[in-house]
Amino acid sequence: MIREGFRNFRLASARWLNDSTLWLTFDSDIEAEPGQFVMAWLPGVGEKPFSIAGMAPFSLMVVDVGPFSHALHQLQPGDKVWIKGPLGHGFQVEGDNLLLVGGGYGSAPLLALAHDARTKSAKVTACLGARTAEGLLLGKDFADLGCQVEFMTEDGSAGRQGLITLAVEEILATGEVDLLAACGPTGMLSALAGLARQYHVPSQLSWEAQMRCGMGLCGSCEVPQSLDPALPPGWLACFDGPVFNKDKD
Amino acid sequence: MELCGLTLKNPLVLASGVMGTSATLLRRVALGGAGAVTAKSCGPVARAGHPNPVMVDWGHGLLNAIGLTNPGAEEEVDLLAATREELAQMGVPLFASIFAGTEEEFAQVAGVIAGAKPALIEVNISCPNVRDDFGTPFAAIPETAAAVTQAVKRAVGEIPIAVKLAPNVPDIGRIAAAVVAAGADAITAVNTMPGMVIDPEAAQPVLSNKTGGISGPALKPIALRCVAEIAKTVDVPIIGTGGVLTGRDAIEMVMAGAIAVGVGSAFWYRGENAFELIAEEMKAFMMDNGYATLSEIKGKALR
Repeated sequence: MIREGFRNFRLASARWLNDSTLWLTFDSDIEAEPGQFVMAWLPGVGEKPFSIAGMAPFSLMVVDVGPFSHALHQLQPGDKVWIKGPLGHGFQVEGDNLLLVGGGYGSAPLLALAHDARTKSAKVTACLGARTAEGLLLGKDFADLGCQVEFMTEDGSAGRQGLITLAVEEILATGEVDLLAACGPTGMLSALAGLARQYHVPSQLSWEAQMRCGMGLCGSCEVPQSLDPALPPGWLACFDGPVFNKDKD
Repeated sequence: MELCGLTLKNPLVLASGVMGTSATLLRRVALGGAGAVTAKSCGPVARAGHPNPVMVDWGHGLLNAIGLTNPGAEEEVDLLAATREELAQMGVPLFASIFAGTEEEFAQVAGVIAGAKPALIEVNISCPNVRDDFGTPFAAIPETAAAVTQAVKRAVGEIPIAVKLAPNVPDIGRIAAAVVAAGADAITAVNTMPGMVIDPEAAQPVLSNKTGGISGPALKPIALRCVAEIAKTVDVPIIGTGGVLTGRDAIEMVMAGAIAVGVGSAFWYRGENAFELIAEEMKAFMMDNGYATLSEIKGKALR
């Protein structure tokens, strides 16, 4: 773990994934587990946590949702971003048949996990869900890694219509999944935690919470147990997570 | 061991401001081996704190300016009341911590928090991290430190109070004497030390607040000196706080004159078992060196 201060990375290139989302590639690698996060700082603008989307080279997926992400979107090749981390605990490849579930922007850290899993010759199914087709991200990237990709949209504008849990349950019911790994909205994760219990499948769920210090001291990012009864009380997304690794029930 | 009439299973106290923001986190630290836990400081009204970055590890310590994030005394009292009994059953006393901008506000917040019957109330007159200088003047001047102490003591009745002093004062012994004369039952020494970390590539301070409080290893020698000066001046229990990461650090605090030892940044350096590790290391040190009780080593380095 890198402890001391910030390191500079320079933007190498940026590509649009949809109208509001950029994939930012930086000029050097970062040594990290898939699912770990960094604190990205732009002096004078602020600091926010981001999942690491790629390690070699270091990459972030950034949705333009506020002043900080907007400033990241304005970066030009050669511009610097200040990075603290990697921080927290990430995903681990366990088993030969992985089901990765990404809700909207949650697909970013899962792509890094898919890369690791494919390197270890595991079979990977990536189940990507969003409200509309516009929110489905990185499908081609997962496919290029040799993953089987399933799409679900709430409005039916791409893939099958419905909540992502529908597709997940069908796949879990086959009894072939060794690990369910997911990142996305907390409501989706709560539902997936329930499905993992129901089908006795180990799960690794990446939770989000408001992060301040990012170092396990300030207590801001406590994830309430009400979201998943398996979460230990006082569980901190930055310090204990963001990935909660639950063996099967 | 005993502190202000309270029984602690070990002398290690969770320092205020670390992990103490919810009932579940306080319980977690208690289960992790703390002798007592202190909730995060609360003031008269809710505060969101400073924008990020609020903390950095600069290699020799931490610098933080969280900015006294708290839900306000009215909500805090419910948190404390809900937690106190459960912690008591675990044999871990719950300490409250309060701050305010004026002597009257201190008395008011203390009165509200007393309603939750915490085992002890820490009076934070020394947080360095708020722009409008909440607290700093109180800890810097003996008369104002004493006035706040007296006002709080009057408002809380029988509940013992520990006044938390600032390290950056010219004569901490005088401040300690003033607050003890005004009714302090104990002293917490010390709060973080004001400092700044600059990122040269950014050509600006790292923290959004520009300055913050130094904790961790860099604070320890300063804290030891403060504890020693206070111990030479007054005869109340001292909770020695600042840069305690190991059992040896904790022993040094006791040898400087503390009877209890605050632990905070150690979570970052040693992980969630920090309390257990430090307690075990203290015991091992004492056994190896032929000490049976803490009182044998209390102030030993000053004699």
